Amino acid sequence: MSAHSTAIGVSSKRGVWGGGNEPLKASYGKLMMWFFLLSDIFTFAAFLITYLSIRVSYPAYAGPAKEFVGSNEYWPIPELVFDAIPFVHGVHAPLVFVGLMTFILIASSVTMVLAVEAGHRNDRNDVVKWMLWTLVGGITFLSCQAWEWNHFIHGSEMGATLNYINGLGQNVTETVFGANLLVNEYGPASFANLFFFITGFHGFHVTIGVVLLFMVFYQAAVGVYDRRGHYEMVEKVGLYWHFVDLVWVFVFTLFYLI
Amino acid sequence: MEIQENKSTLTVVPKNNDKIKKIWKTALILALITGAEFIMAFTMPRGILLYSLFMALTIWKAKYIMMEFMHLGDEVKPLIYSILVPIAFLFWLIIVLLKEGSEIFSLRWY
Repeated sequence: MSAHSTAIGVSSKRGVWGGGNEPLKASYGKLMMWFFLLSDIFTFAAFLITYLSIRVSYPAYAGPAKEFVGSNEYWPIPELVFDAIPFVHGVHAPLVFVGLMTFILIASSVTMVLAVEAGHRNDRNDVVKWMLWTLVGGITFLSCQAWEWNHFIHGSEMGATLNYINGLGQNVTETVFGANLLVNEYGPASFANLFFFITGFHGFHVTIGVVLLFMVFYQAAVGVYDRRGHYEMVEKVGLYWHFVDLVWVFVFTLFYLI
Repeated sequence: MEIQENKSTLTVVPKNNDKIKKIWKTALILALITGAEFIMAFTMPRGILLYSLFMALTIWKAKYIMMEFMHLGDEVKPLIYSILVPIAFLFWLIIVLLKEGSEIFSLRWY
């Protein structure tokens, strides 16, 4: 696999001690991408394990789902918080939108792996085609994320009546709409904080991914990789993009399902 | 100066349909697992059994993404282990922080 994709830049004139060998039979760029992703796994794991830890420190909502109201006394049921879809107002569609987002990201991962496969074959047209589809998937996902955040911040029409300590240090009881870092209508303050930080950090990764995808798409289209003699860049950015999908799989399970 | 002709100088290798079939098969498996999780979220009672099943299915999906899509399965063994073995440290963190969270739960609510 790596034999035909990484036989680049390694001149036979360079000896074993002069950079002429490939540790672990992977090129420098791919190896470093893997180690970067390993460090990123730890960052995301720290976020998600913190989520689990804070979550088990609150009681779960125990009553019947139909009578659910948001409160900072217990953790909300995710499917009752994330139950809206764009363009249709007031329809209870639990997890439909976020399920769609998951499918979009998985689909863009599939088109990415097809682009990598085309890169192995030096097929410029196929690389460009699949990179474009991946780009479309990435941008669609980000747009969905923006809508999801917007809806989460603005909240429902009813809001929830909560007793909490406001920014001035006063203990108040009032109806809260939507979410901010201090208080939210869905659950404890940490619920919204974790939502913003974890999906935000993931969204930030997706944004960087989209920039990289565009770069690869552009360079492939103008023939940079043809002149360079290999399509390894598609592979490296592909690793990053799959990682973003991998993280989302865990975010989806921990945030929306459990 | 002559404008460089924008034409491929590399020889295009013909498609290997088996490889492409395998990619789509993996995609189908991922979609089916996600669909199953979706159905389970609405049909099964919430509890430790459901959560364990969700985690198992998620790790199963992660395995497909890493091994097939990221081609980790095609790399040499030392590379596979240098990525997978450090992740084992996370199990310790999960156990410790779950324990810590439940201790806070008992302190706060009882």
